[in-house]
Amino acid sequence: MATVTETKAASEDKELLISGSEAVAEALTLADLDVVTAYPIRPYDTVMQAIAKKIANGQLVAEYIVAEGEHSQFEIVKHASTVGARVFCGSSGVGWMYAMECLVVTPPLRVPMVCLVGNRALDDPGAFGVEHNDALVVRDLGWLLCWIDTSQEALDTTLIAYRVAEDRRVFLPLAISADGAFLTHSQAITMVPPKEKVDRYLPRYDRGDLLLHPDNPITVAPQANEDWVIEIRRQNDEAMKRAVGVIEEAYADFRRVFGRGPENPWFEEYMADDAEIILVGMGTISLPIKVAIREMRAKGKKVGLVRLRWFRPFPFERLAKALSGAKAIGVIDRDYSFGSPFHSGVVANEIRASLYNADKRPPLLSFICGLGGREVTLEDVNKAVDMCYAAAKSGKADAKTHWLGVRE
Amino acid sequence: MSALICEVVYRGIFQKNLAARIVRGIVLSARKSERWGIAFGRYGDSPQRNGIPAKDFAIVADTKEELEQNMARYEPKHVDVTICVDDTLSKGVESWAWYGLQPINRLTEPNGTLLMTSLQPFEALLKDIHKKDAPYKLSLIRAKASFSGLWVYKEDHTEVRILGALAKIAPSFLTLDAVAEAIKEMEWGSDLKVASARKAFDRIETREVKITEGNSEVPYAFEMPKWWEMREGVTIPAIPIGKPKEGGQGYVPERNPYFKKFSTRTMRPVIDFDTCVKCNLCWISCPDSCFDVMPDGTFDANMESCCGCGVCEAVCPVEDCITMVNESVFNDNASQWEAWRKDKTGYKTWLTATIGDKKTTVRSHGFRFRGQYDQELKAELESGGIEITAGIPGENADRKTV
Repeated sequence: MATVTETKAASEDKELLISGSEAVAEALTLADLDVVTAYPIRPYDTVMQAIAKKIANGQLVAEYIVAEGEHSQFEIVKHASTVGARVFCGSSGVGWMYAMECLVVTPPLRVPMVCLVGNRALDDPGAFGVEHNDALVVRDLGWLLCWIDTSQEALDTTLIAYRVAEDRRVFLPLAISADGAFLTHSQAITMVPPKEKVDRYLPRYDRGDLLLHPDNPITVAPQANEDWVIEIRRQNDEAMKRAVGVIEEAYADFRRVFGRGPENPWFEEYMADDAEIILVGMGTISLPIKVAIREMRAKGKKVGLVRLRWFRPFPFERLAKALSGAKAIGVIDRDYSFGSPFHSGVVANEIRASLYNADKRPPLLSFICGLGGREVTLEDVNKAVDMCYAAAKSGKADAKTHWLGVRE
Repeated sequence: MSALICEVVYRGIFQKNLAARIVRGIVLSARKSERWGIAFGRYGDSPQRNGIPAKDFAIVADTKEELEQNMARYEPKHVDVTICVDDTLSKGVESWAWYGLQPINRLTEPNGTLLMTSLQPFEALLKDIHKKDAPYKLSLIRAKASFSGLWVYKEDHTEVRILGALAKIAPSFLTLDAVAEAIKEMEWGSDLKVASARKAFDRIETREVKITEGNSEVPYAFEMPKWWEMREGVTIPAIPIGKPKEGGQGYVPERNPYFKKFSTRTMRPVIDFDTCVKCNLCWISCPDSCFDVMPDGTFDANMESCCGCGVCEAVCPVEDCITMVNESVFNDNASQWEAWRKDKTGYKTWLTATIGDKKTTVRSHGFRFRGQYDQELKAELESGGIEITAGIPGENADRKTV
């Protein structure tokens, strides 16, 4: 339950103790959401409940449609978005997979729906814990994908998400990933800005000549053959490329209006400037890593973290720059990609590819850890760092992927 | 080193099994002389749609390498023989896939052959077939279009007659004996079919076509937009609202300028404007919105957008007010209403003669076919021509059957 703790006299921000999911609901209220659809699945359902409460309390006026499944849930917001509604949707794990057909069509139709994926392991076995594979299944399809770490980032990123997705240069769906349990169910002190600031930041959604309206008669999604499809894909490619600049604009403007937010939208660099070893990960995995880094720094080990915020578009050039100075890189994936190069996780291989053109390619070690919501322990992190140091010393990474925290 | 490339242009669904048999037959016949081959289909749509022009191809070559060389593209850009199994396709081919209208002889090589099944004289066909900037041969087998359904082939021997005729056109690839041997080995082969193939070999009629001959109309075409010129979001503008026909009266809707659909048609409605009771049923029922409302309240079927489905004829409550007539009777898409307005007596005379000809008002296709194939076949074998003994009734069956 959201609790108002105290309003700072000097700040217009309201301070609330809320979970990541509740922070998203706060942002949706500030963004004056029009249509939201819901179908319960843990851990996403926490955001759906938080929005329902906002509407019930009269804080938000929006259409709240309970669908009969995720497929309809995403179809409904897709159509609402084409008639000009600001929409929100979301799911988790296999629920997200059930919506797959609708997830596939939203990028070519240029529907800027914003979604929350409460990351959850894919069945089987039926499990509630976090893995990133659910959101990652759409990584090649034109979805903008980002991972958040804190309730504050949940709120801020949701506002930024509408600004980016609904930009006419982009018009792509955007999924915000939040680690199940660690973020969706953890309440933290969060600054909620006043509506006036949000109104200054977030323009109205204007679908322009793509608006489905009697005054703008159009046909959306006709059948097409090989003479048209590749051109449509190329349009999507361009929109994704344009998103890079739009994201940078959106973060710069966010800092200007709200007086906070990162300078580098793409990834958080924690003690990475002078680091010999840089660990890379996404989401709440940053917490044990940061604690471990502080302990290691105290012992004189120069270790740093790059926590990826944006996975699509993937900041390959900036990452190559940030990582190529290290003596070794350790990528910790909270996902799997069976049969992939080096049997690594998804992020490790994306980073390997990003470094391919770099002048200097440090040894890269690949780790899989924390699957199914298992705790990533300080011991796991220390083990990874030790292996990175060994690789740094030999100047060569072993060509295999290490599973950490697995019973063996 | 040489290869033979053939296309079969056919009507989607109605002739898909016929076309598949022909291209398989070509490859298997050429195999008798140790040639390598491939038979394949290309279409703008899957599943195909009723009547929409579609294509199958057969390539046979002396060596595997040469075959690959000819296969390494989506579809052949030039063919030695264009086989057209419905003569109403002579007006051009517009597939579902928004290519514009393509002349039936577009891919035919200079001095190549366009082989058609038709009952029309050469001169009548050349009124429809577009001019080509190179001479070619037009070969005919006297037969009406063999139409059937999705899963079936009407066993009227059209497939073997085409193969027999092809043995005459390209004997170095398919000898008549090789064709006969291949037919016998087919699961659908028989001695009677071999006899049909041999007769077609003897009866094929061929005529040189000069570059000065043919329909001089320029088929409509359009430039496909670049990716950055296309509207985003898989979105296309709707067809705008139409205008009154003239003097504020009537109504003519705007239509898709890129997809006219008329090459799908094998029959067209012929309308008696004198007996029309202006009930609107044809206008409401037409799935392609092809009816224009005339200033006098009658309805003129726009021949650029009519697919020839025949729904208008079925729903029209007035006897002989709308009659479907075979497309081969017509050489243009001109307005019937304008012709009627200009000369009402002349129009009536033309209409009476046109809809009174049972041969051209017999349904070309339909779902309730109960044809007497055996009788048709007998006439075909005996005369070399074809006598129409059965129609395809569909709606108004009693009046549409000979």
